[in-house]
Amino acid sequence: MQYFHSVRLDEDKCLGCTNCIKRCPTQAIRVRDGKARIISNRCIDCGECIRVCPHHAKRAVTDPLSMMQNFKYKIALPAPTLYGQFNLLDVDYILTGLIAMGFDRVFEVSQAAELVSDHTRQIMREKKLKTPVISSACPAIVRLVKVRYPDLCELVLPHLSPMQVAAHMAKEEAMKETGLAKEEIGCFFITPCPAKVTDIVSPIGMSQSWVDGAFSIAEIYPVLLEKMDRTQTPQPLSKSGIIGVSWANSGGESSSLIREQYLAADGIENVIAVLEQLEDERLGELDFIELNACPGGCVGGVLTVENPYVAKARIQRLRKYMPVSLNHMNDSIPAETMDWDGELEYAGVMQLSPNLEEAMRMMREIDALEEILPALDCGSCGAPSCRALAEDIVTGSGARLNDCLFILRKEASSLGVSLSEHPADKGRIYSAEESQDDGKDSE
Amino acid sequence: MSNKSSVEPITQQYVIPGTDFTRAGEASSKVKTILKRLGYDPDAIRRVAIAMYEGEINMVIHAHGGTAKVEIFPDRVEIALCDQGPGISDVSKAMEEGYSTAPDEVRALGFGAGMGLPNMKKCSDDMRVHSIIGKGTDVYMTIRVRGTGN
Repeated sequence: MQYFHSVRLDEDKCLGCTNCIKRCPTQAIRVRDGKARIISNRCIDCGECIRVCPHHAKRAVTDPLSMMQNFKYKIALPAPTLYGQFNLLDVDYILTGLIAMGFDRVFEVSQAAELVSDHTRQIMREKKLKTPVISSACPAIVRLVKVRYPDLCELVLPHLSPMQVAAHMAKEEAMKETGLAKEEIGCFFITPCPAKVTDIVSPIGMSQSWVDGAFSIAEIYPVLLEKMDRTQTPQPLSKSGIIGVSWANSGGESSSLIREQYLAADGIENVIAVLEQLEDERLGELDFIELNACPGGCVGGVLTVENPYVAKARIQRLRKYMPVSLNHMNDSIPAETMDWDGELEYAGVMQLSPNLEEAMRMMREIDALEEILPALDCGSCGAPSCRALAEDIVTGSGARLNDCLFILRKEASSLGVSLSEHPADKGRIYSAEESQDDGKDSE
Repeated sequence: MSNKSSVEPITQQYVIPGTDFTRAGEASSKVKTILKRLGYDPDAIRRVAIAMYEGEINMVIHAHGGTAKVEIFPDRVEIALCDQGPGISDVSKAMEEGYSTAPDEVRALGFGAGMGLPNMKKCSDDMRVHSIIGKGTDVYMTIRVRGTGN
């Protein structure tokens, strides 16, 4: 099976350091031959590696702005996070700026978010879903649950994201108005993160995405800034309220449900802590769980320009001038078009073998290998931990025991070659200290 | 790395530190990770995770910690939780939902609702409790993979 990922490696910039392998929440990165490699079926496109790479060797692939030219009619779908990037009191300046950039129409994703909120409120009132319901708005989280939490898959809200709903509605409206065919109309999401890009190319819960392309906020920012004219009164384009734009911040989706028993967590480490507790049924008192991979929610996406806390404060200020909500289910879109075509399915990509007894044999080997390894989790072998190296060796993914520097040194000394000159050395490297001393001597 | 029969279990041992709530759940979490890597039945994983977590919390609250031994077989997981705590004076009473002897400061943390042992019983297919006052408590649980010849 082929996997599309927005998160990619820029080989020339990668120095093969250990920053990304240590931070990846699904242990999906290894350094091999001095370069980071992403294990495709494990990557959830959360963008943590992009955030942490000091050499900017990890990047998110989005579509070039020139892609607009492939369509007769172009629709911009701005994520509410875009509003937090500018110091403005009126969203219409931004939306009018998008029109000036060459879009024929703007459909705010926050509009669709209000409908998704309304729909969720309704089905939660009807108690149709097993609780606590886990939000499906953050595609990195949906994929995290898919690869790591078999028992939680059934709790994920089986709804399309506001982005998909917005694209669907915008396209239908435009088809009616212009008489153009579906293929002639292009819907472009203005994205804060790579996970959304992946969700356009290979969506979960639907076969074909309504969105045609994704432009990163960071890329569109300078172009849009130039096109925004603050001296003129903007067109009255904004059609969403507090509920819709609040989705940009962690807790926004939850508070739109008007329920008390919710939890909102953001930042991938925090999210994992919550999912672990949820798995042990320690959060029974909750009925809704909103999880965002990025710190602060979508405002913390790796493709944004502004500091997430500043963006959050700006969105808070914008809300002051907005109505609560402007979009309701009854007058816009049939509820069933917002549903996934099935429940989230677990993908056992972390599984050692499809055969349990074979997996158990491998596990015993891994345990035995782990005993030999130094338990330092230094990452020098290219795997995030000693345990991960043991797994890589046993699963035959090309790793060898002497990828471990400490094992290699032992092997070398048994051959009479010394890789460390300290006579008292038992498992530690002193060379850094020694070479410093040498340096001083020669001065 | 033995060539013995494949029904030999995978054995894990953990020390549960006493009075440290921040670490309760660590052992359960590790066992979960192993079971998922093995591709174990999700329902069995869930029950093992809950039963073990409750057991860990019990040992932290009542017994200043203890040990957990987990044996994973293809068709079942066996868990032995052993402590040298004060013992349970009335085991059948302790099995009742809502019965708790947890001290107030523990209840203030949201623990000690009297659901520990009942929950463990609910999750396991077989549970035995041996307790001697002043000596300690041993809990043995078996969690079977349901639907495989059982």
